[in-house]
Amino acid sequence: MKRIGFLVTVALAALALTPAQAQDKLKIGIITTLTGPPAVLGGQLRNGFQLAVKDLGGKLGGREAEITVADDELKPDVAVSKVKGLVERDKVDFVVGPIFSNILQSIMKPVADADTILISPNAGTSNFAGKECNPNLFVTSYQNDQVHEVLGKYAQDSGIKKVFLMAPNYQAGKDSLNGFKHYFKGEVLDEVYVPLGQLDYQAELTRIAAAQPDAIFVFLPGGMGVNFVKQFRQAGLADKVKFLSAFTVDESTLPAQQDAALGFFGGANWAPNLDNPQNQAFVAAYEKEYNAVPATYAFQAYDAAQLIDSAVKAVNGNLSDKNALRAALKKADFKSLRGKFTFNNNHYPIQDFYLVKVAKRPDGKFQTEIAEKVFTDYADPHAKDCPMK
Amino acid sequence: MSSLLFVQILNGLQLGVLLFLIAAGLTLVFGVMDLINLAHGVQYMLGAYLAVTFYGLTGSFLASLVLALVATLAFALALELLVFRQLYARDHLDHVMATFGIILFVDQGVKLVWGAAPLSLPVPELFSGSVTLMGGLLYPVWRLVIIGSGLAVAVGLYVLVGHTRVGMLVRAGATNAPLVSALGVNINRLFMLVFGFGAMLAGFAGVMIAPILSVEPGMGDAILILAFVVIVIGGIGSIRGAFVAALMIGLVDTLGRSFAVDVLRLFMGPSPARTVGPALASMLIYVLMAIVLTLRPAGLFPAAGR
Repeated sequence: MKRIGFLVTVALAALALTPAQAQDKLKIGIITTLTGPPAVLGGQLRNGFQLAVKDLGGKLGGREAEITVADDELKPDVAVSKVKGLVERDKVDFVVGPIFSNILQSIMKPVADADTILISPNAGTSNFAGKECNPNLFVTSYQNDQVHEVLGKYAQDSGIKKVFLMAPNYQAGKDSLNGFKHYFKGEVLDEVYVPLGQLDYQAELTRIAAAQPDAIFVFLPGGMGVNFVKQFRQAGLADKVKFLSAFTVDESTLPAQQDAALGFFGGANWAPNLDNPQNQAFVAAYEKEYNAVPATYAFQAYDAAQLIDSAVKAVNGNLSDKNALRAALKKADFKSLRGKFTFNNNHYPIQDFYLVKVAKRPDGKFQTEIAEKVFTDYADPHAKDCPMK
Repeated sequence: MSSLLFVQILNGLQLGVLLFLIAAGLTLVFGVMDLINLAHGVQYMLGAYLAVTFYGLTGSFLASLVLALVATLAFALALELLVFRQLYARDHLDHVMATFGIILFVDQGVKLVWGAAPLSLPVPELFSGSVTLMGGLLYPVWRLVIIGSGLAVAVGLYVLVGHTRVGMLVRAGATNAPLVSALGVNINRLFMLVFGFGAMLAGFAGVMIAPILSVEPGMGDAILILAFVVIVIGGIGSIRGAFVAALMIGLVDTLGRSFAVDVLRLFMGPSPARTVGPALASMLIYVLMAIVLTLRPAGLFPAAGR
């Protein structure tokens, strides 16, 4: 009994000696996908955010950060219940996530209803960029269409005449090819929609070979892209047809594609070799910490943490005035890893976009590297439909 | 157009041959042992994974092929001893439950051992690259190797099952297993042999496809459904049926995917054709199965006595 009394005294004394503890911790809830094959992407999001918090000394905006990570399992209903737990039970100050657009659609309402701020470090759907834009949503990635538009614009500007398009047979696949055609005005030889999750593309490759396009544009995320890239190379098409793609060759798929993807093109708002000091420090730190090359998912999450840090600092840690907090977030007063970065009226970024090319580094690892700038200070076209000013 | 058709037929053959390698083992096990083995796809996945590992150790495709086949055989025999032997006398629902459990178990085990990220196996140097076929169309040499090796296995199986003593016992077992046992044949050993051999064929298919597809957990589950369609169309227990049905499925699926949109364009505008085409193409094999089963409920080549 005596001993317990002693311990209590020590604990009380320790509390009294640390006044910094008086202020509550800043609570962040991360909602990301950590189940199944897309767990690679979800893990990058989590790692990028945690790395930023570590670099900022475990604090965001001067307040100690307490991070809760939840797995949405890529199921909208699971995501909603996990997010409700974060905002209602854990009373988090910010929700950061998700990876996938359909999850964003389902969690926007529960987060906004609790008047909590949602920072999306990847998904950027058109509805929340336009008519349904939300004062509590801030997107640190891009509006989804823009990545596909990069390749369309590049194909148009570089004088490519004939293209062959391919995407999975679902809504995002159709949006992708429409995004490409938004800027590309040349001849589309064929548009092929394959079942989601198809693994063998030999029949489609034969059609591509017969059609003899100048370039192909494909949107084949994850495992689909891994298989397609290998088979495209094996079919001997890589030397004849320019390979343009969105979400098909990036640092999350390159460890499996390796040499097969060498020289293939993608579109992005960033690449690991983007030349600015904060980015080079980030890439080096990420590789040291997680033994993998970061992809856009990681850098966008890193920026999300920096965004929170800047805003909490601007309001001196006082989060009770939500209007002041939102105004501070909108300023985006931090050094983005991508360089220039501002928010549009719809809280989506205005930023540069690049054509990126797969390269092998001297250390044998693969990454995408910037080939040329395609858009400068590019804002998405949906912003004009957003009533926010 | 004719050269395009020719190459697509070749593609269909390649898919068919691959399906045959998997379905042959499945139909033997189902036909001879009356065992529904949902875990057959697991052997296909293991074949691919083991080949990747052995390739990393030896650096030779041939060596990794042989080692992977021996290892899948050993794994199959261990499974037979530990799990399947307890199931022969039970009904089909128990088979489904137990073998589904094996799928979950092995998929998770593979994730633990090799990780969740997809792996890859390079095409052997000798067979990399592609050849120019008629009409200037390129065709990967490795896919020709798959077709060739699949046809060789088919011929080998035809001789083995049709013209050897073991084959005779297998055929007899498929017709009336208790009688074969009563005639003094060690039916347990026969079952073990058939099971191990079938699993090894699936492992072989896994090794052969590994240079083309990414090697990942659960890769055997999707192809297993197609393999079941094949053995149902071909007639359960019939190797000949599995061969014919596998080629039919391969051709229908590939040609459907290639030409459905073009055919539909004759009847409708390009935009609806593009929407309806892929949906129709992925249904075609099941439509084929429905038609075959309506006309011949026991499949194309039902094993005698069934």
